[in-house]
Amino acid sequence: MTQRTRNWLLVAPAGTWLLVMLVLPLSVVFIFSFGERAPSGGYVPAFTFEQYANLPARFTAFKNTLMLAPLGTLAALIIAYPLAYQLAVHTSDKWKTLLLVLVIVPFWTSILIRSYAWIFILGGRGIPALLDIVGVEDVRLINTSFAVLVGIIYGYLPLMVFPIYVSLDRLDKRLLEASSDLGAHPFSTFLKVTLPMSISGIATGCMLVFILLMGEFLIPALLGGGKVFFVGNALVDLFLQSRNWAYGSAVAVMLIVIMLVTVTLYMRLISRLNGQREDAPLM
Amino acid sequence: MRIYAICVYVFLYTPIAIIALFSFSAGRSASQLEGLSVKWYGRALNNPFVMDALGNSLFVAFVSATLASILGTLAAVGLQGIRGPARAFFDALIYIAVMIPGIVIGIATLIALVSVFGFINPWLAAMWPEGEAAPQLSMGMGSLIAAHTMFTLALVIIIVRARLAGLEGALNEASADLYATPFGTFRQITLPLIAPAILAGFLLSFTFSFDDFIIAFFVAGSETTLPIYIFSSIRRGITPEVNAIGTMVMVASLIMLVIAQLILRRGAKR
Repeated sequence: MTQRTRNWLLVAPAGTWLLVMLVLPLSVVFIFSFGERAPSGGYVPAFTFEQYANLPARFTAFKNTLMLAPLGTLAALIIAYPLAYQLAVHTSDKWKTLLLVLVIVPFWTSILIRSYAWIFILGGRGIPALLDIVGVEDVRLINTSFAVLVGIIYGYLPLMVFPIYVSLDRLDKRLLEASSDLGAHPFSTFLKVTLPMSISGIATGCMLVFILLMGEFLIPALLGGGKVFFVGNALVDLFLQSRNWAYGSAVAVMLIVIMLVTVTLYMRLISRLNGQREDAPLM
Repeated sequence: MRIYAICVYVFLYTPIAIIALFSFSAGRSASQLEGLSVKWYGRALNNPFVMDALGNSLFVAFVSATLASILGTLAAVGLQGIRGPARAFFDALIYIAVMIPGIVIGIATLIALVSVFGFINPWLAAMWPEGEAAPQLSMGMGSLIAAHTMFTLALVIIIVRARLAGLEGALNEASADLYATPFGTFRQITLPLIAPAILAGFLLSFTFSFDDFIIAFFVAGSETTLPIYIFSSIRRGITPEVNAIGTMVMVASLIMLVIAQLILRRGAKR
């Protein structure tokens, strides 16, 4: 048996699995998106662009996703960066590991459980009740975009902290000393040394969070109360409630196309920011 | 700066603490603390639906993580020696598996399998000997394991490949020079070196599979996993029992995380 055959035999099982469970289903979705809904729900073969023409009917779901996903990513970045900076640059090695683990622990507990905790906090007996005592009355937090945004930030913050921490931790601290020895203001050191050196971490964190947010279903379902819904919620509705497979498939294809376009554009932008460096790790 | 960090930690842990606290409520209300008791834990542990869902979750997570670790490791090793368009195609598959949202994977798997089953089942029935009930393929544990294995397989390949890339080729050459067979080299040199990565991949896969709600929601058929059970309980109204289940799941994840850390640290030291 040649080396070549052996390599192929090793790759074959995983390859077959990916073909059957990934390529086949995605192809089916693509094909179904050109079909029609059967009268009793499901799918009838056809070749029509009707489903795509109907996409504007789901405009709200796309609008919510395309507004809250970037906004949530940005908010998570703004909150995560100072923490990652504090951990990487200003924390002694003794505390570093423990504090880092404390950031990751919530991420390792079910997002379902962590999200529903916010139903308590934002619900009538939570923060609104506290505000009531202070005199601010009738604040409604649950089932609003704000609630969904809080849930998003909370759910994905650890995923943002980690890559930024890694990139800042790799940064040679002597560069910061050198910069200040040369008379740079701490802020300009940050802008000219620290920030550019951590671009790859920011890029990775933003991309991970953004990709996960585009397909989000749980957080809007639990905290948006049917008012603030994402494309993910529209998909669940179309496939499980109205059983309109053809239209649902078109929505899914549209979601994938939007993701591919935004992520590709984003990676282009990042690699330009990074200059010629091609080392930005994806994972 | 330090105050800021403390604030973020408070933000991260308040919701978790609230769930844990309310799980000890003695009353029926989930949002008001009426004395302390552990009765809801007893209630949850004696609830056959909860135990059934937990069993399903553990089984699916274990089987899919095992399959993903084995197939993923083999693929990562094989991919080292493959170049050209085939390699690019495989890389694209892994990239797609990680990038496509779970919800799309869930619905795609659902409609693909339902369609395939709809095609195979009448055919199976026709082939089956007269008088006996033909088996009916349907969504359930099988489709759930298959879907989870696909998703976690990509993770294992990424993790193991990163470790393989860090190994020095000189070790393999030295081993070959000493007349070790390729399999012998793999077993005695490569495998021990990549073992921590495989284990990390397994644990990551296990956790992802155990925690997954969205793919399971579509492909589990009439089977229930723990996240599906929790989700439908929340829909019916949060009770202290749900909080108790949530707290136990969190503690269990935490213990797994600690064990994983200990194993990985021992692996790294060797």
